[in-house]
Amino acid sequence: MDDFLIRALVGGLGVALIASPFGCFIVWRRMAYFGDTLAHSALLGVALGFLLGIDLTIGIIAVSFTVAVLLGFLQRNRQLASDTLLGILSHGSLAMGLVVLAFLSDLRVDLMSYLFGDILAITLTDIYWIYGGGACVLLGLAFIWKPLLSMTVHEELAHVEGVPVERVRLGLMLLIALVIATAMKAVGILLVTSLLIIPAAAARYFAKTPEQMAVIASGIGCMAVAFGLGGSFEFDIPTGPAIVVAAICLFGLAGIFRRRSNA
Amino acid sequence: MGGNTGFLIKASGLKVSLGGKQILDHVDLEVHPKEVVTIIGPNGAGKTTLLRIILGLLTQDSGEITQKPRMKIGYVPQKITVDPTLPLTVRRFLSLGGKLAEEQLAKVLTEVGIGRLLDNPIQTVSGGEMQRILLARALMRNPDLLVLDEPAQGVDVTGQAELYDLIANIRTERGCGVLLVSHDLHMVMSATDRVICLNGHVCCAGHPEAVSADPEYVALFGKKVAGTFAVYHHHHDHHHNAHGEVIDDCKGDHTHG
Repeated sequence: MDDFLIRALVGGLGVALIASPFGCFIVWRRMAYFGDTLAHSALLGVALGFLLGIDLTIGIIAVSFTVAVLLGFLQRNRQLASDTLLGILSHGSLAMGLVVLAFLSDLRVDLMSYLFGDILAITLTDIYWIYGGGACVLLGLAFIWKPLLSMTVHEELAHVEGVPVERVRLGLMLLIALVIATAMKAVGILLVTSLLIIPAAAARYFAKTPEQMAVIASGIGCMAVAFGLGGSFEFDIPTGPAIVVAAICLFGLAGIFRRRSNA
Repeated sequence: MGGNTGFLIKASGLKVSLGGKQILDHVDLEVHPKEVVTIIGPNGAGKTTLLRIILGLLTQDSGEITQKPRMKIGYVPQKITVDPTLPLTVRRFLSLGGKLAEEQLAKVLTEVGIGRLLDNPIQTVSGGEMQRILLARALMRNPDLLVLDEPAQGVDVTGQAELYDLIANIRTERGCGVLLVSHDLHMVMSATDRVICLNGHVCCAGHPEAVSADPEYVALFGKKVAGTFAVYHHHHDHHHNAHGEVIDDCKGDHTHG
């Protein structure tokens, strides 16, 4: 196997391992559109990173987090429904990202690699980032797991029982922003939400506890990455979309398998 | 205990407006140990808002809330639904409120009678069972004050009576105070020590029978509904009246009678 394929596989597996447990919370909390919004805003983060000459990951996290906090603020004012606000922030930040990138005309930016991912270009440094950052992110999730689960079931009950609801929510948003900054390397801004939610949705068919669901989702995510990479190599198709298609196939198979075994 | 010092929680002069609309105006409330206090009022009367302030989920614009030091609140929210995508057994749901000590769990389970449900997915239980599970989760905390928001919603009539009996028993056995919000008047009245009739302000308060005869209360709920205290069992005779209105609805029935 070629070196770049091994790097892609190792990096992709890391991304799947990190993303899927967060995907579970996104599914449980019905935040899929929220995840999409953060992902779209990541392009503005990339653009600002280039503009200000700072590290792109920091740019992405800063913008995603700002969008998350802005959303919380707008939701409190309740002038517009949440999905309208999400639509405005999501497409607004994506468009602004494209506009800012267009201004940087002397810079050659491979837009497609940001939108759809470029997993075959993953470097050794990227892999260190994925695994180092991923370990921190998963530790962070483990730290807030119990209170987060409690407020996912019922926020006000959790609040009365002493969960610091606002802090845990901010923590989750920051962690999701980090996950997106990491995972977009594999499948890109437009498809990153799918890598979060599809493995989690497939895992629901088999899981008996929340923790099981997170672990199974990680496994399914890893399989999607492996099959997607293989398919991409075999049929010469773009890797990011191939991974997502593989995830969809696994989701479908999980559903069929589950129905069979129930019948 | 007794006099003015024995309260678990005391609210005085609460005022709050949300979105420019005055919801509560000068509301006073006191709950003592071993006392069941029921807040009743029509929809939009501010019952839930008042409860949210007491639970610390909302801050009042003015007025004061005093609690007995180190008071523990057990909260039973309005009927809740857990997202079907979240795999969660009843046991796990109970453990989200805090660590489960096995002997205490056993005690609470006999108290509310849901032991056989422990390993079922939380999404498969009925409305009445869910209320008991929520009650169990609140009791696991050994609360001084039990706060219940419309505990009988989505529970059939027999189940409602059982639920209120259960709450009355818990009060006797544990000696905790109970504050509950309801709009099914006739059910609540018999299990209540004190009723607070709320409609933005406190219309009237006191012993259930005194309140049900209070002119303000009668004006708020209408003569027929106010009277259902006594004629509760005849409701079904009135189901298909000329207006097609169901009389045991708390919104009141001012059109005939």
